[in-house]
Amino acid sequence: MNEVLPLARELRVALVGRPNCGKTALFNALTGSRQKVANYPGVTVERKEGALATPAGRLLKLLDLPGTYSLRARSPDEVVTRDAVLGRLEGETPPDLFVCVGDATNLRLCLRLVLEIKRTGQPMVFALNMFDIARHRGMVIDVARMEAELGVPVVTSVAVRRGGTAALLDKVDAALAAPRVPHAAEGWSEPDAAGVRRLQKEADRILRASVQHPEAPDTVTARLDKVLLHPVAGLAILLAVLFLMFQAVFTWAAPAMELIKAGFDALGVWVGTLVPAGLLLSFIQNGLIAGVGSVLVFLPQILVLFLFILLLEDFGYMSRAAFLMDKIMGGAGLHGRAFIPLLSSFACAIPGIMSTRVIDSRRDRLATILVAPLMTCSARIPVYTLIIGAFIPDRSVGGVFSLQGLVMFGLYTAGIASALGVSFLLKKFVFQGAPPEPFMLELPDYKRPDARNVLMGLYQRGIIFLKRAGTTILAMMCVIWVLASVPRPPEGATQPAIEYSLAAKIGHALEPIIAPIGFNWQIGVALIPGMAAREVAVASLGTVYAIENADEAPEELGAALAGKWSLATALALLAWYVFAPQCASTLVVVRKETGSLGWMWFLFGYMLALAYAAAFVTYQGAVLLGLG
Amino acid sequence: MSTSTDCLPPFGVVSMTASVPTCGHLGAAALGFRGRIRAVNPIAGSLPPEELERRLVELGFVEGAMVELLHQGLFGGDPIAVRVDGVTIALRRREAAAVLVEAAD
Repeated sequence: MNEVLPLARELRVALVGRPNCGKTALFNALTGSRQKVANYPGVTVERKEGALATPAGRLLKLLDLPGTYSLRARSPDEVVTRDAVLGRLEGETPPDLFVCVGDATNLRLCLRLVLEIKRTGQPMVFALNMFDIARHRGMVIDVARMEAELGVPVVTSVAVRRGGTAALLDKVDAALAAPRVPHAAEGWSEPDAAGVRRLQKEADRILRASVQHPEAPDTVTARLDKVLLHPVAGLAILLAVLFLMFQAVFTWAAPAMELIKAGFDALGVWVGTLVPAGLLLSFIQNGLIAGVGSVLVFLPQILVLFLFILLLEDFGYMSRAAFLMDKIMGGAGLHGRAFIPLLSSFACAIPGIMSTRVIDSRRDRLATILVAPLMTCSARIPVYTLIIGAFIPDRSVGGVFSLQGLVMFGLYTAGIASALGVSFLLKKFVFQGAPPEPFMLELPDYKRPDARNVLMGLYQRGIIFLKRAGTTILAMMCVIWVLASVPRPPEGATQPAIEYSLAAKIGHALEPIIAPIGFNWQIGVALIPGMAAREVAVASLGTVYAIENADEAPEELGAALAGKWSLATALALLAWYVFAPQCASTLVVVRKETGSLGWMWFLFGYMLALAYAAAFVTYQGAVLLGLG
Repeated sequence: MSTSTDCLPPFGVVSMTASVPTCGHLGAAALGFRGRIRAVNPIAGSLPPEELERRLVELGFVEGAMVELLHQGLFGGDPIAVRVDGVTIALRRREAAAVLVEAAD
């Protein structure tokens, strides 16, 4: 069956390695911007593929497999990697070559994975990544010896430096030149404890034979951890980091937001000069530009938030945060590992819920999924900033913090507190009696975040947000514009046109339900399309008020609201948004990840009940205080 | 080598400089403890015993490896961060109890 692979055929190479080994950095270095991000069929595991050409002229499709600690595959991501390595991943041509990536500064556990993959009989090359850092620290790695001991080609690479992957590509060329047919590995079975132990001892032997550790080991991580993992100082720093993050979301993003807003305003005016006044102009100005613009303006804030999350992840701080929070979260019935998914949920609950896969036990995973949507996701930012900007005075507290930032921090805190409370109740009443899942994870050495990785991550997050704005939100805007504009007011109408529209009818129909929580019919109208995505509510309010005030000079939405709502209504809407389950995509992902429609409805029901209760208490309380 | 825990002070003892015991399990070790792994045992608990043993071995807890207890949490000294032959692993004391250690000097 052996045949020499012709140069013209596109070859498939897959990267495999432990999390934090620099695999993604290497993938970015090899493929540059020629990447395609999608999902594996049937599962919500991210599939990243890129293209490149080797020095010998081979065209490669490079697949970045999800990081894995072993082939034992305890999560859906790891199952994808295991099946790919065994050549039995459905819908995927088995790769012609595997490049196993290892962090040269931390080879002990990685060598066991190499041995594990080697046992499957698949063609592979072992790349010692971050080789420069290892050498800088005084480690001496005998590559030839390691190659002889392992029995697979070994090559060094430096993903973050230009030309740092040349040797790797040569090795890949050499490996692909060998005649070989991709095949499904046979005879692999999950190792038992004795088997794992044998592999680890063999890995340790190879490590001792081929790597010399320096007399004086690197102490940067140890010294940083003395402070960052200190029982008291560590927790204080974690809180400070989170606080800084939320302040930054507000202050750093402001100039860029002004710019975007000005841009959309100018666009609206410019369209006004081209299109004659009438229904079409109203649709373009109020429906499209005002609607989409009011969402796009939050792109800078979302990027700032993701910048923090990506930097902390790259730096190696996230697992430390899990360590610091384990006991506290355990008190609320959550696993320490739930911290990372919950922190990601600050950006968006969807990646957060998907990253609960690092939690092995189903009970802990379910508890995390059910509370993740309570964490304040970036889609709430548009709603929060709009209302805070309109109703909370812009002054400083103690000369350092902005009052608006503090209110925002308070809303985030309310989300966190409710997540902890709900998970406590879940543990007490829903999942009683299950033994706690162990908390075990590696705390990787700190490393300087790589600019390219962070930028690439930011770019991908930004694109996802823009796509949402361009599809879901745009579609909802069209719906809301139609509802707010049809039917047209009768001849000689005395009230604003919107009072005669379908939207007003729907809003007025909702009034008996939402009046006790202080919402007017315009909010009712905005809440319906807002079920698709939270930020749509802002855009809908933008459209509804733009149409209502069509005869007057256009004013900023915030200013319009400040004149029309009481403070009690504004505060009730904030309270509503801390809890409201207004995101169709989250519900879909919950159904997929829990495999159950029941849990999805449970989530929807309890969040809706909490939202109504919170808005009711807030509104009635505020009215009693004379803010109505 | 005894597998009982009575040769180590109980949880919460912060300093081990006064009396360094010669054996015990990692779950009862105090901050700053340095030693060598004697055995990783399947013990009953949150996981099936064999699975716990396998996961510990996968994280590098194998016989002969050097361990040092670097950090512990604020509440009840839990969880702990342990350096195992150059790799830092965070785990709870409950699971660390499966790792039998002897103090090094």
